[in-house]
Amino acid sequence: MTLGVRITHRLGDVTIEADFEAPAGATAIFGRSGAGKTTIIRAVSGLLRPDSGRIAIDGRTVFDSETGVFVPPHKRRIGYVFQEGRLFPHMTVQSNLTYGGQHDFDRLVDVLGLRSLLSRRPATLSGGERQRVALGRALMSRPDLLLLDEPLAALDAGRKAEILPYLERLRDEGGVPMIYVSHDISEIARLASTFVLVDKGKTRAAGPIGEVLSDPAMGGVLATRDAGAVISGKIGDHDAATGLTRFDFDGGAVLVAGGAVPVGIPARVRIAASDIILSLGKPEGISALNVIPVTITAIEPAGQSGVLVGLRAGSAMLLARITRASSEAMGLKTGARIHAIVKATAVMTGPMTDGDD
Amino acid sequence: MTGEGWLGPAEWQAIALSFKVALVATLCSLPVGLGVALLLARGRFWGRGLLNLLVHLPLVMPPVVTGYLLILGFGRRGPLGTMFEEVFGLVFAFRWTGAALAAAVMGFPLMVRAIRLAVEAVDPGLEEAASTLGAGRLRVFGTVTLPLILPGVLAGAVLGFAKGLGEFGATVTFVSNIPGQTRTVPLAIDTLLDMPGGEPLALKLALVSIAVAAAALALSEWLARRVRGARGGQA
Repeated sequence: MTLGVRITHRLGDVTIEADFEAPAGATAIFGRSGAGKTTIIRAVSGLLRPDSGRIAIDGRTVFDSETGVFVPPHKRRIGYVFQEGRLFPHMTVQSNLTYGGQHDFDRLVDVLGLRSLLSRRPATLSGGERQRVALGRALMSRPDLLLLDEPLAALDAGRKAEILPYLERLRDEGGVPMIYVSHDISEIARLASTFVLVDKGKTRAAGPIGEVLSDPAMGGVLATRDAGAVISGKIGDHDAATGLTRFDFDGGAVLVAGGAVPVGIPARVRIAASDIILSLGKPEGISALNVIPVTITAIEPAGQSGVLVGLRAGSAMLLARITRASSEAMGLKTGARIHAIVKATAVMTGPMTDGDD
Repeated sequence: MTGEGWLGPAEWQAIALSFKVALVATLCSLPVGLGVALLLARGRFWGRGLLNLLVHLPLVMPPVVTGYLLILGFGRRGPLGTMFEEVFGLVFAFRWTGAALAAAVMGFPLMVRAIRLAVEAVDPGLEEAASTLGAGRLRVFGTVTLPLILPGVLAGAVLGFAKGLGEFGATVTFVSNIPGQTRTVPLAIDTLLDMPGGEPLALKLALVSIAVAAAALALSEWLARRVRGARGGQA
């Protein structure tokens, strides 16, 4: 499955220009509120007809302004989970679920924990329950592609934690490919293998999440707090006494805060650029584990007084944000071998890319 | 006091005729009213303002003018009247069918308003959701839009029906006051008031009218509350 999008659409004073390819697996469309993310997936779903361009799902052209092809939404075989759920208020949960089909009904009802809700009305459900029903409803229509438009944005942290595992499971089972729209980089780092950055209506970058997020040139478009690489590896030891888990990757290891995830399973961590300190010499007197020997691959300006430093450790790419003044004082140059000191961070389970691509 | 004794056969005839006229007027105008309400609520087309004006005119025009326009259009020599007679064999002039037409036209604005409000209360996002689940336009309308606006449609029908029961000006102008044919309750009351000693009977018919109108209004209010309730439950 690949999704190919190349569209332009005028919306008020913003012109949306999207150009990206999404391979199988989970693709994130990331950007600030109002950047045009929703417009792009509405165009993919057929709920919006762009001014011009072309959209193809798995080689099937669903929109082409040149040949006049426009497949209406109900024939696109797309599952769409809206931010606000959009359950039918006059139907029970059961009727909502089966509105588009009954594919895999029993298993999905169990997986999503909906069995006890089947006879209820949407108005009586909590926000998290509603989004689980919306997800189930979309999946039972057996879509070729699942679009998730900020499905967690309306939920508090607790409810988010209730839904995220379902999405991870969905991704890991290698079923339906997902396009996941969000403005929350940690959600995306947890779920997506492909990353599409949208800024002021335009797609600024698209590619494997590890590559795009560790590219120092992203400093120009990503907010300071959002810059940071996602690296993949596996879970090493878990120390119950300290509550820390060792995350091993090609190029080193870091101690991460996190629960007792099974040792040896593939995992990924996001290391925010602001959570890395650079040192010319090997620092003494601190835990050796979070000190990683690295090579500088690039130095790019970020914001008014900062720089983003691209770092390579083994095959992993990291990104550090320091002030321009420090960079000059340290005399950092591309190719220099230095040390990165990484703060403990949170671990996320799941492989970087789906096993089947 | 039995029913037959309380009111005379002529009065019972007027009541029965009123119900027949109002019922036929409501049933025949409901599909049109639904269509026009959908057009006004959702359509973006040239002439939408004009259509809106046209629908609402009978609400504010003197009823006698509406009746006169009906004569011009649907009278025996009117272009539409001739057409209906030739194509369907349907005559409006001085028939109960004409009274039903007058009732339908006068009740139409009320009916359309009630339905339109209900349509505007429907979240188009729900219809979008249905279409992404594979439902074509007809299925979306039948399974999402229509059930959600149903209370509004019923409220509109009840209002149109109540208006039809009480219509006077346009009816008397268009189809005159013929016993058993076009003499509905309001026309019967008017006739009784012109007759010496007719006033007690007129009062009884007036009480019947008030009771029916109040019941209809209460029913439509209850239905309208259900529309608002459905909207509140969509969060």
